[in-house]
This record gives sequence, structure tokens and C-alpha cells, in this order.
Amino acid sequence: MRRAISLFIVSLSNLIFICGADCFAQQISSTELINNAKGYDGKSVVYVGEAVGDVMVRGDFAWVNVNDGENAIGVWVNKELAGEIRFTGSYQTKGDQLEITGVFQRNCIQHGGDMDIHAQGIRKISPGRVVGEELDTSKRNFVFILLVVLCLVFVFVRRRKSK
Amino acid sequence: MILKPQLQDLKNIGYYSGRIIVGISMTMLVPMVVGLLFAEINPALDFLIGAEIALFIGLILTKLCFTKKDLNWMQGMIVVSLSWLAAMLLAAIPLYLSGHWGSYLDACFETMSGFATTGLTLAQDLDHLSYAHNLWRHLIMFIGGQGIVVVAASFFMKGFSGAFKMYVGEARDERVLPNVIHTSRFIWLVSIVYLILSTLVLGTLGIANGMKPVNAFFHGACIFMAAFDTGGFTPQSQNILYYHSLAFEVITIVIMLLGAMNFNLHYRIWTGDRREIWKNIETRTLCITILLTFLIVVIGLNQVGSYPRALIMFRKGFYQLISGHTGTGYATIYARQFIDEWGNLALVGLIIAMALGGGTCSTAGGIKMLRLGIIAKTLKQDLKRIILPERAIVEQRLHHLKEIFLEDKQVRAALLITVSYLALYGIGTLVGVFYGYPFLNSLFESTSAAANVGLSCGITTPGMPVGLKLTYIVQMWAGRLEFMSVFTLIGFFMAVIKGK
Repeated sequence: MRRAISLFIVSLSNLIFICGADCFAQQISSTELINNAKGYDGKSVVYVGEAVGDVMVRGDFAWVNVNDGENAIGVWVNKELAGEIRFTGSYQTKGDQLEITGVFQRNCIQHGGDMDIHAQGIRKISPGRVVGEELDTSKRNFVFILLVVLCLVFVFVRRRKSK
Repeated sequence: MILKPQLQDLKNIGYYSGRIIVGISMTMLVPMVVGLLFAEINPALDFLIGAEIALFIGLILTKLCFTKKDLNWMQGMIVVSLSWLAAMLLAAIPLYLSGHWGSYLDACFETMSGFATTGLTLAQDLDHLSYAHNLWRHLIMFIGGQGIVVVAASFFMKGFSGAFKMYVGEARDERVLPNVIHTSRFIWLVSIVYLILSTLVLGTLGIANGMKPVNAFFHGACIFMAAFDTGGFTPQSQNILYYHSLAFEVITIVIMLLGAMNFNLHYRIWTGDRREIWKNIETRTLCITILLTFLIVVIGLNQVGSYPRALIMFRKGFYQLISGHTGTGYATIYARQFIDEWGNLALVGLIIAMALGGGTCSTAGGIKMLRLGIIAKTLKQDLKRIILPERAIVEQRLHHLKEIFLEDKQVRAALLITVSYLALYGIGTLVGVFYGYPFLNSLFESTSAAANVGLSCGITTPGMPVGLKLTYIVQMWAGRLEFMSVFTLIGFFMAVIKGK
């Protein structure tokens, strides 16, 4: 019983400490971060979005650009954590959906003043996948119709030339 | 008395516009092939549809308006202004079909922004755009930077004397070589040599920075096309911030400055006359205005204290300033940061830099350095007249490729275009304020659009009012063509209505 009470007290004090130590445990959008950068500067945030483009490894760390549908923000992450990312978003792929817990930097001193997040943890919410492209038949048909029209125009042009 | 245009005028305009439209349809085959190479079938179809429609219109125009007569000045100017509008409408077809633009107007905004080398974008979900469409966005910047008509004249038309009239209509009042076609080809030679070198450098750097080789070289080519043509599009939504690389920033600064240089200066460098760079009034004026506007930006940023260290302030401030001054529009900060973190004074410094622009006969927009130099020299001459005895003969010389004595007609031309630009910046600001945006934000965005820069403080979004989108399209178009061919087109329509 005593152990349970002490565990509860420790957990509660941890929670109070985390809340008091500039942590925004709630998920924050990129627009909110960019528009209120001063308020979130140097604070712990949770940011959710899709990894897009390239995972750019730089030494022991890597840059992952994460887009939440509104904007993309650069996330500076440990190389090993970045290694878990299998898919990044592009035309033919949907990137892994990631939950980033890290410190938001309005003008990061380490990275030349870039606005970024230094990740402390990454959790893959849902894995990405290759997006299969289906042929748009209406576009294909339109191409053929236009081709026929163009052939008729060519014939018309030729006939006028020969006259 | 205004004379009503004759049928022959319409035939000439229709015929040459048709030939340029055929040229535009041919250029759409490039992204189509790229789409096929990357197994992007639907994007390839988008470009095939666009090319077919353009070819259809072009062929009909050339046949119905067939003529062997050459263009006169008025017709040449009208062909240019109409061809730019036609290019915007036709190049927008594949973009609209991609589904990444909210409306056909948004796609037209994008293509005018591309052709005019502005860089303001209304693309949605850019990070998932196909290689083919992304290449097209950058290719139209490359084409627009050299001049749509220059491209058509260089590759799709075999020597005709009307080329010079259209060349002038595209705001190129200087020839590098005696023949316009040769000048156009020289411009292309310079651009393609730089394209190959820069793609290699940026691509290699991209790989070193951790990008996949295909992406690294694709981005390298796209970034070069947009930087050298002082455009500002990028393949990713974060603009240059995507790369998180100082080396990338330094290289793009060099490319932006090269793009803002007069092609005549490039020619001099290529032919070994490097002294011309330091003697030329444009280079000197550019150095002075960069220093002065950067000073304003630094004082402004220092006042606000947004950047914790001087080096960071220099890196952020200098990059956005060079990007704005050269008319490129690359950014390493988010649009909102200009308003929230830069403060009014730094913004004013950046707006002045954007308004001034780069060199004449370059791909940069804005008032341009030669005109500014001429106005400054005139001011100096007038001050001398006041100070020196009345009988003293005051002559003012300037060095631009050769020693030139300043004449009234040069001053008048420089002032006319400068006043036109200032009016254009003002009109756009007025429309922005009318739609409820703050004055400074409206001035920033309007100057950016009219001077073909592309930096945004957040007004340019897919959700902005239709009236403002149309205003910025007109500003980009008129700003890129430097008014004369636009004024001629307006005059032509007035003649059609009121002429006898």
C-alpha cells in the first residue's frame, strides 16, 4: 500500500514538474507553432505529421521534414531514431505518420537560426506505403479525342497548302 | 484620330501568336517525357492534353491568319503581351489537371508567377507533387526568364526580322550581339552552361547532405532554374529551409547574383573583359543598394532582437535581402516570420530592395540598377548645376559597357518606367488594403508581385480573395514586360473600340 501511495506521489510530482517545465503535452499544429513561435520557443512540444522528402543524415543525427498538412517543419533527430522511418511522402508514396516529442526552437542557435524541433522521441503512429497510381481513363480518352481532332486539323492544313 | 486596326494587323498578330503557341506546346513534351521516365502516367497524360490543346490552337491560328508580312512595332508588342497571356492559360492546363491547385485561376496564378519569374505559389500539398509537374513549374521559370518569345524565336522560328520588336517587347532593350537570334542563343548558351555546372554542384552537395541521388540532382536542376532566372519556386513546400544547409544557401546566393547580372556583363566575362564588371554602373549601383538596404535590415532586426546572435542575424538577414534584391524570392524563414519577427524597419529595408531589383537585360524584375544609376547621376548633375557658376558646362557621364554622356531622353525613359513601377506597387497595395490586409503587409506582397520577387509575408494563399489573385497576376505580367507591350495592348483594344 505504502509503495502504491509513494508511486502515486512520485507520478503526480513528475506530472506537475513536466507541466511546470514548459511542456505542451497536447499535440500542436505547425501553424500554431509558426504563428506563436515566441510562446513555444525552447519548450517541449508534441508534433504530429507525415515525414516528407528525404531523411538527410548528418553525422550522428538526421534531418526529417515533417508535414502536418498545413506546413512542414524540420525535425533534428538522432540517426538511430530516424532509421525507423521507412517511407517518406512524395508523389508515389505516403510517408510514415510520426509523433514527435521534442524541443521547439524559434531561431535555433545550433542550426543557423532555422525554426526547428529537436526530437527527444519519435513514435510511428501509422506506417507509410507506396501509393499505386491508377490510370485515369477519362484523361486517356480525352487524349485520344484530342489526337483525332488534331489529325483532322493536320489534314485540313495540308489540303489548304496543296490548294 | 485613332485608327481602327486593319484585318492585316489582326492576321499578323494571330499568325505570330500562333507560332509562339505551337512552341509552347512543344515545351510541354519535356515534362511529359520526364513523367514517363518516373512512371508517372497520369501526370504524363496531363501534359499530353495540355500540349494537344496548345498545338490545336496554335495550328488553327497559324492557318487562319497565315501571312508572309513582317511585324511592325505595334504588332510585335501586342504579340508579346498576348502570347504571355496565352502561355499562362495553356501552361496552367496540366497543373490544374494534377488536382494540386484549387481552381483553374490558381493554376493560372502559378503559371504567370512562373513565367514572370516571380515565385509566389498557390500550390497545395506541394510535397506530394509529381516530378513532371514540379519540373514544369521550374521549366516555365527558365523559359520565362529568358523570355517566352525569345525561346520561340531561338528554337521554333527561322530568322525573321520581326524578332527584334518582340525581343524589345519582352523588356530586353539591349542586345548582346548584333543579331537578336544570336543574342537569344547566347543567352541560352550561358544559361545551359550554368545549368549543367550548377546542377552538378548542387546535386553533389545534396548527396553529401543526405539526399537520394535522383532527388539531389532533380532538386539541383530545379533550384538552379529558379535561382538563375530569379524565380523562387522550389520542389518542396519549405522552400530553401528544406535543405538545412549553409553551403546550399551560399551557392544559391551566388546563382541569384549571377541571375541578376546583365547578360552583356556575362558576355564580357566570357570574352575575358572582367574589368567591365567593376566599372559598370549597374554593378556599382547594385553594390551600393545592397549595402544600404542591408544596413536598414540589420538595424531593424537589431531593434527587434529576434535573432540571438549576430552571425545568425547576418545569415538570415543577408539571405532574404539578396533573395529580395535579385528578385528571386527564396526564403529560409516562414512567411509569417517576416511579420512577427522582422519588425517594421527591417521589412521596409527588404521592400526597398525588392522594389529596386537587379540588372537590365537580366532575368531580374523591379526598377533595375541602370535606371537607378541614371536617376542618381541626373540628381548629381542638377546639384552641380546649382553649385557651379551659371556659365559652367555640366556634363554627366556614366559607364555602361562604354562611356555614355547622359542625355535627357535616357533620363525621361528611366523616370517613366520608375514611376510606372511605383504606381504598380501602389495599386497592388491599395487593393490589398481594400481587402482588409494591413498596409505594410499589402505593400510587401504587392511589391513582391510587381517586382517579380516572390517573397511572401503570408497574404498569398489559396484562400485569398479572387480580386487580389487577379491583381497580382496583372502586376506580375506588367512588371515582367516592363509596361510598354502592356500599354500597347491597352491602346490596341481602345483603337478597336473607338477607332475610325
